[in-house]
Amino acid sequence: MSTQTAEAVVGYDEALTRYDPVLGLEVHVELNTATKMFCGCATGFGAEPNTQTCPVCLGLPGALPVVNATAVESAIRIGLALNCQIAEWCRFARKNYFYPDMPKNFQTSQYDEPIAFDGYLDVELSDGEVFRVEIERAHMEEDTGKSTHVGGATGRIHGAEYSLVDFNRAGIPLIEIVTKPITGAGERAPEVAKAYVGALRDLLKALAVSEVKMEQGNVRCDANVSLRSRAGDDPTSAEQAQVPLGTRTETKNVNSLRSVERAVRYEICRHAAVLDGGGSILQETRHWHEDTGVTTSGRPKSDADDYRYFPEPDLVPVAPTRERVEELRATLPEPPAERRRRLQADWGYSDLEMRDVLNAGAVEVIEETVAAGATPAAARKWWTGELARRANAEGAEVTELGVTPAHIAELDGLVRDGRLNDSMARQVLEGVLAGEGGPTEVADARGLELVQDDGALEVAVDKVIEANPDVVEKIRGGKVQAAGALIGQVMKEMRGQADAAKVRELILGRLT
Amino acid sequence: MTNPTDLTRLTAAKMADGLAAGEFNSEQLTQAHLDRIARLNPTLNAFLLVDAEGALATARDIDARRAAGEQLHRLAGVPVAVKDIACTEGLPTTAGSRTLQGWVPPYDATIVTRLREAGLPILGKTNMDEFAMGSSTEHSAYGPTRNPWDTDRIPGGSGGGSSAAVAAFLAPLAIGSDTGGSIRQPAAVTGTVGAKPTYGGVSRYGIIALASSLDQIGPCARTVEDAALLHEVIGGHDPMDSTSIEAPVPAVLEASATRDLAGTRVGIVTELTGEGYQAGVQARFDEAVELLRARGAEIVEVSCPHFRYAMAAYYLILPSEASSNLARYDAMRYGLRVGPDDVASPSAEQVMAASRDAGFGDEVKRRIILGTYALSSGYYDAYYGQAQKVRTLIARDFEAAFEQADVLISPTAPTTAFKIGDKTEDPMAMYLNDIATIPANLAGIPGLSLPSGVADEDGLPVGLQVLAPATQDQRMYAVGAALEAALVEQWGGPVLDRAPEVEATEVSA
Repeated sequence: MSTQTAEAVVGYDEALTRYDPVLGLEVHVELNTATKMFCGCATGFGAEPNTQTCPVCLGLPGALPVVNATAVESAIRIGLALNCQIAEWCRFARKNYFYPDMPKNFQTSQYDEPIAFDGYLDVELSDGEVFRVEIERAHMEEDTGKSTHVGGATGRIHGAEYSLVDFNRAGIPLIEIVTKPITGAGERAPEVAKAYVGALRDLLKALAVSEVKMEQGNVRCDANVSLRSRAGDDPTSAEQAQVPLGTRTETKNVNSLRSVERAVRYEICRHAAVLDGGGSILQETRHWHEDTGVTTSGRPKSDADDYRYFPEPDLVPVAPTRERVEELRATLPEPPAERRRRLQADWGYSDLEMRDVLNAGAVEVIEETVAAGATPAAARKWWTGELARRANAEGAEVTELGVTPAHIAELDGLVRDGRLNDSMARQVLEGVLAGEGGPTEVADARGLELVQDDGALEVAVDKVIEANPDVVEKIRGGKVQAAGALIGQVMKEMRGQADAAKVRELILGRLT
Repeated sequence: MTNPTDLTRLTAAKMADGLAAGEFNSEQLTQAHLDRIARLNPTLNAFLLVDAEGALATARDIDARRAAGEQLHRLAGVPVAVKDIACTEGLPTTAGSRTLQGWVPPYDATIVTRLREAGLPILGKTNMDEFAMGSSTEHSAYGPTRNPWDTDRIPGGSGGGSSAAVAAFLAPLAIGSDTGGSIRQPAAVTGTVGAKPTYGGVSRYGIIALASSLDQIGPCARTVEDAALLHEVIGGHDPMDSTSIEAPVPAVLEASATRDLAGTRVGIVTELTGEGYQAGVQARFDEAVELLRARGAEIVEVSCPHFRYAMAAYYLILPSEASSNLARYDAMRYGLRVGPDDVASPSAEQVMAASRDAGFGDEVKRRIILGTYALSSGYYDAYYGQAQKVRTLIARDFEAAFEQADVLISPTAPTTAFKIGDKTEDPMAMYLNDIATIPANLAGIPGLSLPSGVADEDGLPVGLQVLAPATQDQRMYAVGAALEAALVEQWGGPVLDRAPEVEATEVSA
């Protein structure tokens, strides 16, 4: 089969008429522990190369690992959140293979005795349908170092003049979460893959066990795809389940949600093209290319890759007590999906409004703003409106703008107390964003306050009525909407510091 | 003041007493050993590296602190030799391999840290079979060590350097490592004392791993009391070694003061005597049994039926773990690197292959291949898996035996020291030398070897092994010390007094 990037690819819809895709997703999660999996080295991101290392994570002769207890607790919490069984007794194993950035030439991992197994994650698709992804296992392991290949055109080792290895990442705790084969998704397989990784990411974030920054490699997905012939229209039928699985390919290290979806979709099309052409799929790893949207061949991978696993003799078994597991279970956050449903109901948002909130990444900040005293409607308006626009323009998160939930609650209070109108509130927000202080402070400094003195207002109304006889005539003739022009002029007279509703009331009172 | 040339003949305990009493100082004591090393090491090749400067610096520091009235560890100022398997910061560490020739560790093994903290001058690093694979120290990349009793003979292995140094009075104390008997068997064939503590009783952090589940660090000395003194310095929990026992060091020194055997049940393992044991070895063992009985011990016979599989299980587990532990020696980051001669621009894999070929000796290659095979998919269950089951059965044999006896005894090695070169062509014959010591490593229990005299047929020393249940190291020290006292009384002096003085003529290797 071809391993060129330019190979002919069958259209997606066409591929799905003949084949049923089966997925297997392996997600590696870097934990946010302060120290590494088996030594006391720091795990900070972006440090000078090889400054966060010691004899243990460099695999020097004589060095021995010691398990990071916090990493084990994180693993158990992840397992519990994924509805898994937690092993009463499990061990680490050595996975023996050579890799330039793996200093011991074996990886300390878990093999046949994972800490967590047999779970599931319910994943909500865009139309609200819930798809259950079954979890095979979640196990603990250590990350490898990081190689940089210098001098070649591709950034890969082939053609490079030399390679640099940074062992800062070697030994950082990883949890690998492996699904059971995901069947029955049919044409929605790419969407399920994306939604699963997204749901997993949300869950990990809620657990606060990882920074979950996919672009920094905190979360990396290996996507296994295989195709089998279709047995009918229903991908969930018993008949379909009888069809044997096809040969799989494993697309390594896909690191964005969008890429997960695109890579799975591409592989489905590519497999279909190979199979349609009478070829057979080679079991191998594939590399995903974000820029061109294709995968290319990696290394052949057989089911019998001989890692010569055996129990790690340098580590004692991990045996969490049932009491400790239950204590950890009590620390689990509300599942993200349930939480979203609860908050939407509490806040009275429509589905569309809730989607905006989710897209703006504003659930937490709205929750805090409401807790600080704002109405849910006002909190949503500010965080998904003005502030979301501003954050988007600056390429930042809404929480990074310098405006706090307390600020927004205070601003909303000023509006509801009748001190500010909407446009004045926007000016106040400008001031807050500019670092002029809190909302009340800015309003005071800028002299922004709705005029409460009816006398001054009446004078302005009378002045405007007098100056616009033609408009007055229209209103008197029944065209009430023409009052808008007069209201605008009164507001101008009042330099914006009047309550527009009250102005309207006064004008209409005079003329009707 | 005592004549400095005599200082080396003292026991470590006596050296400590002399230092405390101001009869001599540590610098004199250390210098006396360094002088003897300078004279005899070319013949014996017990030390791969002598750190005269470092040892004397420590000695002077201890002398100054003692003079200032500082409270010091009892062994402060008493020199020690360290098997070249322990990492020493700033001092080359080779594990007897060409692969690590010239490598200088950036850190100290925990036991080295403890020796330094207690103020023992480190004389140097002792010779050993490459990566501790062997029973004769003939597999060292730096030439064999010679037995002080007869320089044509092996000093045992893999810790032949440490035991020979102690036997030849080059060092009063030494560190050994025992994976299948590498402390006890060299002790036996050099007429010295060697103890393998309970697995996990001494930290392995910084010890170049052979087989992680079997390796144990322990003391080499000339008396049971001296071994106990050193054991207490290096023993105890280490947070850097997750397999280290979280309990205080057993009070082995106190136990070694025991002389009373009344009521002690001593078990003779029937599988570890008789057939296959040299007549002189068996004779000394039988005498020791009678002596124990005479001193009030109750002698019982116990059977450990699964010991017959111990050798086979050991030679699957050890190579398997070793093949993994030695995988890091890939010539990429440290150690020997050679390019293949016939390739102009070699790949990393070619450099690795050529370096391993040049860096590893035959025995190491043999065991790596064995272990790689035994762990391979499809063979794991048949070999490694079965071996682990045997291991469990052996541990159960010991448990049953220790219900009948407080300690178990056997000859330490089936023969006295054989001649250099006699068994290098026959690995199986070499392996059989550890037949009596291996079961203790498989079960993780402590074992001690002490001299039980010399064999009539060759005049070479014979060792007796005392085994105790896990974490009950005191029992083996107590019985060992009591037996030692009885034997010395019977002989009229320590067995090492019967060893000929080593002649300072360099013997070609």
